Amino acid sequence: MAWGLSRRSWLQLTGLGSLAGSVLAGSRLTGQSTDHRAHVPANRHSHLLGTVGRVSPDAFNPTSFLRSWNFADRPDEQRPAFYRETPRPDGTMLREYQLHSVDRDIEIAPGLFFPAWTFNGQVPGPTIRATEGDRVKITFRNLGTHPHTLHFHGWHEPGMDGSLPEHQVQPGESFVYEFDADPFGLHLYHCHAVPLKRHIHKGLYGTFIVDPRGGRPAADELVMVMNAFDTNFDADNEVYAVNTVANAYMHDPIRVTVGRLVRIYLVNITEFDLVNSLHLHGMFFDVFRTGTSLTPSEKTDTVMLCQGERTIIETTFRYPGDFMFHAHQSEFAELGWMGLFRAVEERRAT
Amino acid sequence: MPRESTPQAIGRSTLLEQAGGLSWLLVLLPLVLLAGLLTIIVWWGPTGAVRGDNYPPVERLTFQRVTLEPDGIVATVFNDGPDQVTIAQVQVDDAYWTFTADDGQVLRHLGRTRLRIPYPWVKGEAHTVKLLTSTGVAFQHVIPVAVETPRPSARFLGVFTLIGLYVGVIPVLIGLLWYPFLTRLSSRAMDFLLALTVGLLAFLFVDGSHDGIVSAGKLPESFQGAVLFVFAAVGAYLLLETVGSWLKARRRSQSLAADRSTDGVGWVLALLVAVGIGLHNFGEGLAIGSAFALGEAALGTLLIVGFTLHNTTEGLAIIAPLAKERRRVPITDLIRLGLIGGAPTIAGAWLGGFIYSPVWSVLFLALGVGAIAQVIVQIVRQMAGSESVAVTMSRGSVLAGLVAGFVVMYVTGMLVG
Repeated sequence: MAWGLSRRSWLQLTGLGSLAGSVLAGSRLTGQSTDHRAHVPANRHSHLLGTVGRVSPDAFNPTSFLRSWNFADRPDEQRPAFYRETPRPDGTMLREYQLHSVDRDIEIAPGLFFPAWTFNGQVPGPTIRATEGDRVKITFRNLGTHPHTLHFHGWHEPGMDGSLPEHQVQPGESFVYEFDADPFGLHLYHCHAVPLKRHIHKGLYGTFIVDPRGGRPAADELVMVMNAFDTNFDADNEVYAVNTVANAYMHDPIRVTVGRLVRIYLVNITEFDLVNSLHLHGMFFDVFRTGTSLTPSEKTDTVMLCQGERTIIETTFRYPGDFMFHAHQSEFAELGWMGLFRAVEERRAT
Repeated sequence: MPRESTPQAIGRSTLLEQAGGLSWLLVLLPLVLLAGLLTIIVWWGPTGAVRGDNYPPVERLTFQRVTLEPDGIVATVFNDGPDQVTIAQVQVDDAYWTFTADDGQVLRHLGRTRLRIPYPWVKGEAHTVKLLTSTGVAFQHVIPVAVETPRPSARFLGVFTLIGLYVGVIPVLIGLLWYPFLTRLSSRAMDFLLALTVGLLAFLFVDGSHDGIVSAGKLPESFQGAVLFVFAAVGAYLLLETVGSWLKARRRSQSLAADRSTDGVGWVLALLVAVGIGLHNFGEGLAIGSAFALGEAALGTLLIVGFTLHNTTEGLAIIAPLAKERRRVPITDLIRLGLIGGAPTIAGAWLGGFIYSPVWSVLFLALGVGAIAQVIVQIVRQMAGSESVAVTMSRGSVLAGLVAGFVVMYVTGMLVG
């Protein structure tokens, strides 16, 4: 009579209802037979999906992150400490950056803190943006507790790769990375110390944009990094997001203008899941894979990216109103990777 | 002898009286020092030094009860870890979901809260509730088969009563009907029968112990389930032992006064067996009711049939000690014994169905186990009489009875396994 009460043993048996129900003159045993009138059944509610509460924007603001590169979100007096640009005789720029790694607890969903490893205290790290042919010089200081590196995607010499054991920058030490911005496109930088999975998913990554010499058409430009967090370190993510904070753009929709070109720099740095994707409601968009061509390769409404893959998306909102966007992996969407665009009519010139 | 010891005793007490205030001081001093030590630990905390600076908090949450209601899932969560835990977010089936916490999201040590999650659960399907604490630690609870949790209502009271009747009362009463037959058996057959009873009870002892220890393992650690189980079992054993000998003494004096031929010990034994089985059946009812309530059970007809068969043998166990005395027993007494043994199943099913908590389960399984152990000892003593227990138990008919009892329980037990 061992009271295992295993699911299988219960399920294999026919319902008690057939026995007791017949005695109770047709009254039914199942939950559905109870009086529902006093309650609003859960399946009639709406807008119940999603995190509860708000993440404070003080430490990291996903909305200002969207349109910030080369430390433009820092106050003017602080910015030179992190970024300086010097024109060179050939018309290109020397761009100098100060990056450091530091351990920091970041709030990735309301009340949920992740013990992150960050570049300059934020995840994703600061977006680096240069023009093709510019010289990029990055002074990296490791203020963390583990060895870290900077590994940039793009053309560079092997010594600048930040991937081999001898490239590791020990805690308290620093290293200067220097290379030409080449080729134009949407790239990535991340720590390449081992174990790689942990160094990446702990938060050591950022976006590296290289503009073509002639630039791209004027647009409202947005940086979106699809990332995820394994909060209990079981190699499975608990929180998915674009730009770290779960459901941030559900609560605070991304404002765009009807009729104006929108360009999204979309990066996938999700760890543990093979692919991630973006699906935009109510419209189609042009896709520029890795941003290395000025001609779109496809027109779609859902784009899939492998780990580390990037793509540039261009579209123009045709109608005012709210447009949802999310991973088309429903699981990711329901675990935080879901947001809204709010398209508004352009204010008429006065 | 008494005269010699008395002056000594007086001497000692005078000494104590003389010590007076000093002896009180001797009692209090260690307590005062202990209080001082605790104060130092709490206020100036060497615990910090013991623990180290950057150790993460130890977080432990236990789901005490999860119910399914028309407007969602309600989970009672208990913090049995040493540190404070903050519930940051709730996932149901890998989706973040709205929730409210009746007693807040911050749980102190041994604190508890009730989470209300308006999730559209699907009848008959499985769901997983996962809590994420502020540090990202996840605690999850699986609802294997979603069924609406019964609320105390006339209908469910009726259903649980019915289950109790099927599983407990009726089978035990049916078992009692063998009484007239049993009284006609030879003494050798009687030995077989009592041994059979011991076999049945031994099975229930092992089975109840197993279930109790398993349930104890599921309790939050701070409840120390195994200790609770053993203590309750031993307590029940000793209590019944005391009650049993008191009843026997009373019976003996009554039958002496009435100048009857038997001493009435058989009746006391039957009563004790009925109480033991009653306690066991209470635990069983608790398990059935809670399984039904927790949605683990689409409780089966076959299961009911199994219990009915299984528990009929319990009726047999109750009357076997009586039958040995070959006495005429009023039918009302038999029914009374049957109700003592069977009716607790109904009460157990009610309790289990409506206000189940695993602590009850452990406690009552333990009481049942202790009671059954006591009954086994009683019956074996009665069978042995003046000869040694070892001699009695090695008799062929007794051995056969023991094995038969265990086998009957084992085979009918398969029906509910």
